Amino acid sequence: MKAAEEYPGLYEYANFELPQEELFLPGHGLCAGCTIGVIARHMLKVLGPDTIVVNPTGCAEVSTVVYPRTNWAVPWMHVAFGNGGSVASGIEAAIKVLKRRGVIDPNRKINVVVFAGDGGTADIGFQALSGMFERGHKVIYVMYDNEGYMNTGIQRSGTTPFGASATTAPAGRKVPGNVTHKKPMAAIAAAHGIPYVATANPAYVHDMVYKFKKAAEAEGPSFLHILQSCTPGWRFEPKYAIRVLELATETGYWVNYEIDHGEFRVTLPVPKRKPVKCFLELQGRFKHLKPEEVEAIQAVIDRDVEEINRIVGKEVIGPVDPSLPCITPRGAR
Amino acid sequence: MTAQLVAPKERKVAQKRIALTGNHAVALAVKMARVEVIAAYPITPQTPVVERLAEYVNNGELDAEYIPVESEHSAMSAVIGASAMGARTFTETSSQGLYHMYENLPIAVGLRLPVVMGMAVRTISAPINVWGDYSDVMAMRELGWIIYVTQSAQEAFDTVIQAYRVAEDSRVHLPAVVAYDGFWTSHVLQPLDVPEDEEEVVRYAPITRSWVKLDVDNPAQLGAVGTPEWYWEIRWQAVEALRTSLKVIQEADEEYGKVFGRSYGILTPYRLEDAELAIVAYGSIFGIVKKVVDRLRREGVRSGALKLRVLRPWPGDMIKKLLEHVDKVAVIDRAINHGGPLYGPMAVEIAATIQKPVYNVLATIGMRAIDSDMIYDAAVKIHRGLWAPNTPYTVGLRGYE
Ligand SMILES: Cc1ncc(C[n+]2csc(CCOP(=O)(O)OP(=O)(O)O)c2C)c(N)n1
Repeated sequence: MKAAEEYPGLYEYANFELPQEELFLPGHGLCAGCTIGVIARHMLKVLGPDTIVVNPTGCAEVSTVVYPRTNWAVPWMHVAFGNGGSVASGIEAAIKVLKRRGVIDPNRKINVVVFAGDGGTADIGFQALSGMFERGHKVIYVMYDNEGYMNTGIQRSGTTPFGASATTAPAGRKVPGNVTHKKPMAAIAAAHGIPYVATANPAYVHDMVYKFKKAAEAEGPSFLHILQSCTPGWRFEPKYAIRVLELATETGYWVNYEIDHGEFRVTLPVPKRKPVKCFLELQGRFKHLKPEEVEAIQAVIDRDVEEINRIVGKEVIGPVDPSLPCITPRGAR
Repeated sequence: MTAQLVAPKERKVAQKRIALTGNHAVALAVKMARVEVIAAYPITPQTPVVERLAEYVNNGELDAEYIPVESEHSAMSAVIGASAMGARTFTETSSQGLYHMYENLPIAVGLRLPVVMGMAVRTISAPINVWGDYSDVMAMRELGWIIYVTQSAQEAFDTVIQAYRVAEDSRVHLPAVVAYDGFWTSHVLQPLDVPEDEEEVVRYAPITRSWVKLDVDNPAQLGAVGTPEWYWEIRWQAVEALRTSLKVIQEADEEYGKVFGRSYGILTPYRLEDAELAIVAYGSIFGIVKKVVDRLRREGVRSGALKLRVLRPWPGDMIKKLLEHVDKVAVIDRAINHGGPLYGPMAVEIAATIQKPVYNVLATIGMRAIDSDMIYDAAVKIHRGLWAPNTPYTVGLRGYE
């Protein structure tokens, strides 16, 4: 991977205007403090009305399309849990042939999006996702990652972090919660050689919407791995929904980057990091961790940060500064 | 010969006689139906279908998108997606492949998508056995698909074309499967008549696109959450559509007969009018069953036969009428209903339909070969009262009867 060019400082904010029009409609059944809605709403503002959404089973599906109501002002489809990638493959193939046969205007650009959770992406839907990438279908795959099977009540998934307590990996006397590490979905997606891969975080909306735009412009499959805070699953007060996501980035737990045609770029540099305990402390799912376990998590992040800096060729994510307050007052950043 | 018996004499459409295996006949029918999206995963004995379709697409003979998916779960998912977009779709499978799709099969029904699937039937593991019996397609009976079972390459060819017309009819909008014997039909070269002008096929079965689709100008939500307040009503519409489809299946078959000169009916009776003993069967063995009937008749036993062609919707009234006067009904099942009230799935359904005991005969399991003598022996035992009704009997199984 090529090191990034001179980093322009802030990511390309406000490169385009978001429309007033809401295509993700209000009145959904998502939890207070759930950021799925933030992701879906901005996704549709960028992608616009000529978009078809495939939504595998999960929180987003059960909370937004309870018959006869819907929060989606675009065609939307649910089939099952494990097949977002293959359902979208079929839709995309159909659009191609229907354009050739003159059923659909060949000049019309229709986005096909999969909007899927981490289980539907990293676990049960992994095969369908990989097949879709491999065959090169032009589909935007958006994975909202709340780090567990939240729809069924906080069971662990392939992206649940080390140490988090989940109902199928509870913190016990023997084991401190989940003992596996987060599956690196963006890296796995990039390994398929698809044109555009990015990580994003709804706390940094401009960065996120820019990535939706780039994903839509990609000439093949694209993959967006988006961290999504979950009130019941992560156990924080709803008012911290965005704060906890900021801490994920500020601590280096979550790094916003993109891999554009193989070119790796950190889109949100963090000159000085907060200790990961700031991110962990806000959440009930990590409450049981002993100091040495928190240290172990910090060590993993330090290693990951080192690796990212090495790839970029300079220090885009800085060292931990213990003097930083965990919660920065708004506007002081 | 049955087909020709029912068919009107005159042939409106010019046809040519060719020789194809059952699998290649199905692939040709799919091509002539101008299918738009094909999702394919190989499994014996259907593989030659998806291979031939890949050739058609790659040679430019068929303008379709061919998706070589990574599993049958994805094959069914992809055709569901494509059909939801409004495309005419096809996939095909057998055995474990069907079971791997299973989760998605009722979804095509609930979304009311006219997916058409072929099936060269094959038994199920374990032990692994790639040969033909009807264990796979029988597992679809409760799901709401239209299920055709065919006897020959010609019938499979004709039925695939009919299936598109039926599935896409606005009174129906349901998926349909066309099954035929693994190997005995799928791999055997047979003569068949096909229209010279392929356009005739699309004229007979035009792509209607009349179902609810993903359309950016008219957004709809397909597969929304159906709460207890709504699920049953929505599902019941699919139940009603399947019931209605019987009429549409019949119309489509009759119309096919008028255009192409061949029709099959929903059921094919053979010498049943005055029969005291009837043998009910399905698939390619119906040919030898008819031979048995002829032999029994020569020996003074008033026998007849009934071929099941449409398993879903179940043509109960027709079956009742055809078998009303028959004393002894034997059902040759080619799949096992493990531990069921009767050990063959069709035996159960026929018994429930005629409300009389049936002679429950299992044969060809795992493609164990049988011949007309073996069926004859079974029929003679039934005729002489040596077998009891409602008891499973096997033909060709070593160490049992
Ligand atoms: C669910 C299911 N689908 C399809 C098949 C048919 N099938 C058997 S082996 C095989 C291919 C195996 O390929 P690979 O894993 O590369 O092994 P190889 O034969 O090359 O050794 C297929 C498609 C099956 N047995 N089960």
